Amino acid sequence: MSKFKKKGKKGAPGITTASLPDIVFMLLFFFMVVTKMRDSEMKVKIQVPAATELQKLEKKSLVSHVYIGSPIPKYAAVMGSAPRIQLNDQFADPSQIPFFIANEIEKLSNPKLRRAMTCAMRVDKEVKMGIVTEVKTELRKVNFRKVSYLASDAGELE
Amino acid sequence: MKKRKLPPLGAGSMADVAFLLLVFFLIATTIETDAGLNLVLPPWTENETIQPVPEYNVLSIQLNALDDLYVEGEKVRLSDLNQRTKQMVLSEAKSPEEAIVSIQIDNATTYEHYIAVFNEVKAGYKEIWNDTALKKFGQKYDDLETENQKVILKTYPLVISEAEPSDFAMKK
Repeated sequence: MSKFKKKGKKGAPGITTASLPDIVFMLLFFFMVVTKMRDSEMKVKIQVPAATELQKLEKKSLVSHVYIGSPIPKYAAVMGSAPRIQLNDQFADPSQIPFFIANEIEKLSNPKLRRAMTCAMRVDKEVKMGIVTEVKTELRKVNFRKVSYLASDAGELE
Repeated sequence: MKKRKLPPLGAGSMADVAFLLLVFFLIATTIETDAGLNLVLPPWTENETIQPVPEYNVLSIQLNALDDLYVEGEKVRLSDLNQRTKQMVLSEAKSPEEAIVSIQIDNATTYEHYIAVFNEVKAGYKEIWNDTALKKFGQKYDDLETENQKVILKTYPLVISEAEPSDFAMKK
């Protein structure tokens, strides 16, 4: 026992840790910049389908999310288990889409970017197309025509 | 043993504070960007005018409520759709510019199958684009400049027309 204790005795500290905060702050700023807070609590269960021909959505500020899926168990008692639409953090009907889109457009800093805006549809695999078509029709009615069906990369699964 | 002098206060705990924040942001970060299948919806018109298109220019795909896939009225496997698309665009259509892919779905079609079909059609076109890009510019389509991509897209535009969904399942 005492043998070990003797060995544990240290000499003068080797490396100065003065620059450690700098390094950590650098990392910190990096993550602060790349972080996107999950802005809405998910109230529907969504497992996106897999696909191979994916294109990345570049500008996050220009993307509006529409979620469609079955309500999670917490809300299933009230909302039922049929697929529902979630906009921001509320359940919604297809008829609320125009209002949602108008809001999203208002948030834009530069109105010229309106045409670059995309509606990302995060839809659960099991959802029937009826509700998806309704959403698409509403989007067409407000002339918001860029849509992306979010999917996971099929190549990554294997 | 002689007691060593303590370092001046303040700077030492700075690292801890920064680490704490760092860990928080590490956890909160979702770096992966969303990726998806892009499309542009057709403009909305009150009463849809149906433009007659010669049948040989159209690849008509039907997905029924039971997720069966029909191409030109014949039942096909999903894995063949890719080749079928290429065949239509390159040989059956009068010219590739006039080729149209028509997807007719049912309200009860599952989203997963719809995406699978959409993906296969895109994959078919992607192969055509890649072949042309390699021939013309010696590069894969994705590596091309936007202008060159546009050149290819002009010859082989991907036009997907989505007919009004049928409603068989609901009527039952």
